[in-house]
Amino acid sequence: MALLEIENLTVEFDTSGGTLRAVDGVSLSVEAGEVLAIVGESGSGKSVSMLAVMGLLPWTATVKADRMTFQGRDILNLSPSDRRRIVGKDISMIFQEPVASLNPCFTVGFQIEETLKTHTDLDRKARRQRAVELFHSVGLPDPERRLGSFPHQMSGGQCQRVMIAIALACGPKLLIADEPTTALDVTIQKQILDLLLDLQAKTGMGLILITHDMAVVAETADRVIVQYMGRQMEEADVLTLFESPKHAYTKALLSALPENATGDRLPTVADFDLENTPSTGGA
Amino acid sequence: MSETVLETRDIVRDYHIGGGLFGKTQTIHAVKGVSLTLEKGKTLAIVGESGCGKSTLARMITMIDAPTAGELLIDGEKVDIAKKGLTSALRRKVQIVFQNPYGSLNPRQKIGDVLMEPLIINSDVPAAERRDRAMQMLTKVGLAPEHFNRYPHMFSGGQRQRIAIARALMLNPRLLVLDEPVSALDLSVQAQVLNLLADLQEEFGLTYVFISHDLSVVRYIADEVMVMYFGEAVEYGTRDQVFADPKHDYTKTLFAATPRADVESIRKRLAKRAA
Ligand SMILES: Nc1ncnc2c1ncn2[C@@H]1O[C@H](COP(=O)(O)OP(=O)(O)OP(=O)(O)O)[C@@H](O)[C@H]1O
Ligand SMILES: [Mg+2]
Repeated sequence: MALLEIENLTVEFDTSGGTLRAVDGVSLSVEAGEVLAIVGESGSGKSVSMLAVMGLLPWTATVKADRMTFQGRDILNLSPSDRRRIVGKDISMIFQEPVASLNPCFTVGFQIEETLKTHTDLDRKARRQRAVELFHSVGLPDPERRLGSFPHQMSGGQCQRVMIAIALACGPKLLIADEPTTALDVTIQKQILDLLLDLQAKTGMGLILITHDMAVVAETADRVIVQYMGRQMEEADVLTLFESPKHAYTKALLSALPENATGDRLPTVADFDLENTPSTGGA
Repeated sequence: MSETVLETRDIVRDYHIGGGLFGKTQTIHAVKGVSLTLEKGKTLAIVGESGCGKSTLARMITMIDAPTAGELLIDGEKVDIAKKGLTSALRRKVQIVFQNPYGSLNPRQKIGDVLMEPLIINSDVPAAERRDRAMQMLTKVGLAPEHFNRYPHMFSGGQRQRIAIARALMLNPRLLVLDEPVSALDLSVQAQVLNLLADLQEEFGLTYVFISHDLSVVRYIADEVMVMYFGEAVEYGTRDQVFADPKHDYTKTLFAATPRADVESIRKRLAKRAA
């Protein structure tokens, strides 16, 4: 059974200018042990679709789907208390802005121990112990001391490691990482991606990686979903996607990569006929 | 004959910080003696990670900050902003385009005024001609005359970056310093802006200093590459030299860390994962 299954997800926002359809008919599934990448340009609905899974959208959002299940259980129509039992424990998410999602007023140790308090029965001493282990497992040196640090005392890469530690605190079965390396330098990006893949392989959890970077997709994913303006353009295993992309938009994205440049001009999305290629939505 | 547009000789920039509560000042050596020469119509890419000194170097080349030591030459002319102040002729020669297309435009200023402002400050071009030149520049960068009276918030990120480039070109500079000009842009928009830069370089014989952390972009646009690490130029050569045969360990680390989108690398990775 798939961990997460979504069929025909639609998210609409009520805005002063009318209804905005941010996600339009997205379907996907993730298995345990699998890395699924969701790739697309800014505003294509990557974050919104995963925030819908987490139940974290504001009240102005209307979420509809033919099916949204986690381990076979419906999670679309969950009561808030049942949802809390799953979200944050079995499914956890690393948000797009790591620095903004850590609270600047509390030590990182306090923040990870709060998560453990909410989702586990561990007592204070055990929570402390577990926090040290988690910091160790994400490669933060001198974990005991680090627990006493405030976010602003740490580098971007270290904050991201803390975020990963918090996300892993309750041993999730599915981890959703939203642009986990976008703000980081290349060498730090590599360390963080390696860490995520390593933890994924060790725990056998499912991993959904949201990114706008095709090269990151190439280096991490088993399977890929390409989104454009809220719609799913293509779904394929990673090799097929790069070797023989079907949809014009995927082709456009790949040929806009400077490393694939052949002439002295880069093709742009405008050079491709997007309208006349059917999308291959649906998992 | 080739003309050297930009030269730096052992250029240094120190920052002194602190001295407050604990009375101890600390000196940060942001740029530790960088030498380079760049010829007309060429692109030098400066690569490195945050804090390596590449933006500090850019600010010295653009004559925003004075070097602590060393020499800066523009068109063979020695620049000394600390001593003399700058002539407007010299100031016009070098322009800079910043990374953030959102932050670098005044939200209350119409695009037309954004473009005409450099002419008002740095030249005595009459009003009617200012307007004409701004209109022409709009079309040059792929925007339309009807954009003249619009405000920055009405433009996408890529369009705003075009506007920033257009503004920088209003004074016919010799040298354009581009500080991460495409980092905030989506891939397809990035491609458009890179194409635009290539076209403008050809048309006006512009010389570029292109600062970037993205090696695939650098490999695509640069003639020469400098890799900076902790304020030093640890690698400097032609693009082909640097990419084919990196000398410094840090350059090698950087190359190894850069994700690759080619099918061969994917195959290798999948084989490893299956094993
Ligand atoms: N709270 C909200 N109210 C109204 N519209 C919203 C809201 N949140 C997101 N949107 C809109 O939904 C669309 C999809 O946004 P989303 O954040 O999912 O994009 P994304 O693919 O994650 O982009 P990025 O790569 O920039 O993070 C956008 O048009 C966005 O403006
Ligand atoms: Mg997002």
